[in-house]
Amino acid sequence: MNYSLTILILLIPFATFLFNGLFGMKLKPIISGLIGTIGLGVITLLSYLTAWQYFFVDGMVNGTFPKIIAMSMDWLHFTDFLTVRIGIMLDPISVMMLVVITTVSFMVHIYSLGYMEGEKGFQRFYAFLSLFSFSMLGLVVATNIFQMYIFWELVGVSSFLLIGFYYTKDSAVAASKKAFIVTRFADLGFLIGILLLSFFTKTFDFKTLTGSDQSIFANAAGVNFMGISVMTWAAILIFMGGAGKSAMFPLHIWLPDAMEGPTPVSALIHAATMVVAGVYLVARMFPVFYFQAPEALNVVAYVGGFTSLFAAVIACTQYDIKRVLAFSTLSQLGYMMLALGVSGYGGEEGVGYMASMFHLFTHAMFKALLFLGAGSIIHAVHSNVMQDMGGLRKYLPITHATFLIACLTIAGVPFLSGFFSKDEILVAAFHHDKLLFAVEFLVAGLTAFYMFRLYFNIFWGKEKHYHHTPHESPKTMTIPLMILAFGSIFAGYIPFHKLVTSDGMPFESHMNFAIAIPSVLIGLIGITVAWVLYKKETTIPERISKGLGGFYTAVFHKFYFDEIYLFITKKIIFNYISRPVAWFDRHIVDGTMNGIGWLTVTSSKKIRNLQSGNLPQYGLVFVLGAIILVLVFAFII
Amino acid sequence: MNILNLFVIIPVLTVIGILFTKDYKGARVTAAVGMSLQLLTAVILVLSFFAQRKAGVHGDFLYLSDYTWFKTLNIHYCVGVDSIAVWMLLLASIVVFAGIFASWQVEYLAREFFISLILLATGVFGFFISLDLFTMFLFYELAVIPMYLLIGIWGSGPKEYSAMKLTLMLMGGSALLIVGLLGLYFYSSSAGPVTFNLLQLSKISFPLAMQRFFFPFLFVGFGILGALFPLHTWSPDGHSSAPTAVSMLHAGVLMKLGGYGCMRVAMFLLPDAAHEMSWIFLILTTISVVYGAFGAIWQKDLKYINAYSSVSHCGLVLFALLMMNKTSMDGAVLQMISHGLMTALFFALIGMIYGRTHTRNIDQMGGLMAVVPFLGVAYVIAGLASLGLPGLSGFVAEMTIFFGSFQHPDTFHRVATIIATSSIVITAVYILRVVGKLLLGQLKEKEYLEFPDAKWYERISLVVLIVPIAMIGFYPTFLSSTVMDALNPIVERLTAML
Repeated sequence: MNYSLTILILLIPFATFLFNGLFGMKLKPIISGLIGTIGLGVITLLSYLTAWQYFFVDGMVNGTFPKIIAMSMDWLHFTDFLTVRIGIMLDPISVMMLVVITTVSFMVHIYSLGYMEGEKGFQRFYAFLSLFSFSMLGLVVATNIFQMYIFWELVGVSSFLLIGFYYTKDSAVAASKKAFIVTRFADLGFLIGILLLSFFTKTFDFKTLTGSDQSIFANAAGVNFMGISVMTWAAILIFMGGAGKSAMFPLHIWLPDAMEGPTPVSALIHAATMVVAGVYLVARMFPVFYFQAPEALNVVAYVGGFTSLFAAVIACTQYDIKRVLAFSTLSQLGYMMLALGVSGYGGEEGVGYMASMFHLFTHAMFKALLFLGAGSIIHAVHSNVMQDMGGLRKYLPITHATFLIACLTIAGVPFLSGFFSKDEILVAAFHHDKLLFAVEFLVAGLTAFYMFRLYFNIFWGKEKHYHHTPHESPKTMTIPLMILAFGSIFAGYIPFHKLVTSDGMPFESHMNFAIAIPSVLIGLIGITVAWVLYKKETTIPERISKGLGGFYTAVFHKFYFDEIYLFITKKIIFNYISRPVAWFDRHIVDGTMNGIGWLTVTSSKKIRNLQSGNLPQYGLVFVLGAIILVLVFAFII
Repeated sequence: MNILNLFVIIPVLTVIGILFTKDYKGARVTAAVGMSLQLLTAVILVLSFFAQRKAGVHGDFLYLSDYTWFKTLNIHYCVGVDSIAVWMLLLASIVVFAGIFASWQVEYLAREFFISLILLATGVFGFFISLDLFTMFLFYELAVIPMYLLIGIWGSGPKEYSAMKLTLMLMGGSALLIVGLLGLYFYSSSAGPVTFNLLQLSKISFPLAMQRFFFPFLFVGFGILGALFPLHTWSPDGHSSAPTAVSMLHAGVLMKLGGYGCMRVAMFLLPDAAHEMSWIFLILTTISVVYGAFGAIWQKDLKYINAYSSVSHCGLVLFALLMMNKTSMDGAVLQMISHGLMTALFFALIGMIYGRTHTRNIDQMGGLMAVVPFLGVAYVIAGLASLGLPGLSGFVAEMTIFFGSFQHPDTFHRVATIIATSSIVITAVYILRVVGKLLLGQLKEKEYLEFPDAKWYERISLVVLIVPIAMIGFYPTFLSSTVMDALNPIVERLTAML
């Protein structure tokens, strides 16, 4: 069958963006919101139909899921080999991403009708949401790496616009700027990676790059730079782009600050969709990494592993509930990256790849739920900080129930979706590298601990003094919570090993009890510790943090990475590069020009004395000159 | 009659018309009518040019006509256009049109102002249609002289100093140019009577020694206009003192004459020397690209920021030309067009903002987005175009340049390309800094609340610049492919010499 209708998945959000962007201010806010929401509803439906068609009606061809180009048009012609096309490619991961993005985006659209009600710039918010959805969808269906780069940049700018939505707030402006510049820096790596890759392979197409024919890499064989093969460089640089967007250490600094944006945006962009773009990129390029640049894959694994531990530790100390969730997102993204890094290719070898995509899917559900839940809480108590909360379970029953489900899911409690996907990741890590496995095992415990620290602090403990009695959010906000809670519970039963695999061929996956049981246990330990420490307010946590001393302070300040960032931007770039350049330009380069001008003027002033109009002087000069000339000639001749 | 003559006739008639007007209102209306007709003519030219191409009319240049006006020296008024020149004419018409509306509020000596502005435009149009190098040079000089008056009389700040500096430096460039042009002229005697005709000159292969001698004169002569490091310093001072429309025209179009001349005259006619000496200029342009961008970060005056940004972006034009392959040169032309529109938009906005705040210092502004949303959004669009956001023209141009340049077989060229790509990050830094300080955050002054948003004439000026930026960004296919076709003869001549 043909998938020509998939073009609407891109066109509808773009149309709603243009419409709301150009005419939104003339409409009533609710109309503008509904236009965006209905548009998204339609494409959600279309995405589900496409997924149904792709996986279950058309299914496999010769035992694998094919890569179908549903649409493709030439956009920009570079050379005879390199032409940029804009198109739509359907394969298991892109179809899966369509489902993830449209689902979460649709939920966020509905939720925002309630959450953003009465905000100034409501229409602008919906216009930006549409722009983001368009860009993100264009990114995942890209047929070639250049198209991906195009939409990658668009996603970045939508994120910038949405983080800075409250543009009169200085912290929001700073956060949006930071997010854009850090990711832009990473994108520079991505761009150079594409330059290298396309120079040697003479193609942008994913189908060619990730196909079975490895001869396209022949040109790059034996080309080394600093002892590392050029394809490895290309892969690492491309990964750098992915690491920027997915906020991998040390490019993670923008994500916690990005929480300055409205909470639904955090749920959509900075938890469920945009930040997984980096993971998606590595997954998309996986065969290139695996066959041409295995060292780069190791880098992916270790960066992912380190990020997951690093962020989990910081998450244990933060008080702003959105920041806890942000660090949790970092940690979970680390999981996904690691899973890709340790994965093999084909069949059961590729379990890491499958696990990564699986976790991406389940994480999108439960993390979006957590953020939207957090939004509902913030809506009720008008604060982001844990200390202002406590005992909220009575006031916010639906938020409480769904938030608890999400916490249990992320903690890896059996039979909820997070359990299945996390277990697969641990299995993959165990088979590849025991150290990484140990790290991830520890992170599983930490995750359970910090999530339940959050949970108990918000919903249990002593009631705080609230300005007004907190009340449950309107239906527009609670219904998305319930739908996502449903997703969080049951998404684990989707047979990913049959649908989304490294080579498109299904394989049999078994539950590995030797790993599953201990990982469940460490999760339960984490929950118990949190229960003991935070269910009732005690002084124990304070004493523990005092006991840890300097280490605690360092963690609390996120290991001072923000300070390093400030040092680099403010001091080095601004004061030590730009300022001297500006000075050099004004005083040396321009100074030379002015100097030439000055020299001309001054020397003309001196010379003009010769033209005095004084006849005796002319006569004197004439005679003297004649004598000199005569002498000169006499001497020469 | 040849449609190209209209590009000289309409401005001249407009100037005569303005002479008969009584006050500033009459002057600006006459100017607006004249330049609207001019824009219309340019659109018609584009349509009919590509209709002819589609109908299979070949030949590198169309609408050729020739008239000898100085027989003794064999100087002609010879016109003709290829698709690059057609696009440049359209660009110039758009920018002039927008410039007239951006100077709607000029009241002081308005007639003289509009006359000078349109004379400046005439010079630019004449430059692009000419195929006779002497006539081309004449038109170029015609553009520079009114510039001096425009800055010196209607400018701001240290205007006399800036006007003098700009004019002298550009005249210095002209002095180099005329030497180079005379060199071409006298050496053309090897193939018949001496000539300034570009088409005839392009059939001659000049001896290498002659090329070596004259190439630097031509390249640097045009390069000064294209802000080649270290001869760019007229740009910050000149732009910051110039009135809005002059900055728009100057950065938007006149600076493009530099790149255009480097390509069409210096490199096209003296290809061997171009190959031999490209490395020197490649280093200088790579410096321009990065240095201009870093220079912009530190500035506080909006116009200085934009002037340094132009150094960086125009540096990229020359950089791409020196890569000497079809893709990169295509990128260079796209960048000329894109930067022309973008920077005109910037200067228009800066003028409009200055008209309200009476300051250009970004530290004294803030939160303007809330009071003048139309200007704010337009500024953000200009900024995003400048930092290369897909969907706007800057991205298309920069990517074509980077991917074209990186195809160069030589490692040195590829390394230079990688250095140049770093500008995309630095550009983002200064653009976001300006947007943050100028438009976002809290309002600095209470009185800012009373600012009116864009007036109708300001909106016309902005929209007419934004629309093509977005059109190129969305659908670059046609523009890019037509430019590539026109590059064929130039690239063939450049590569045949290898």
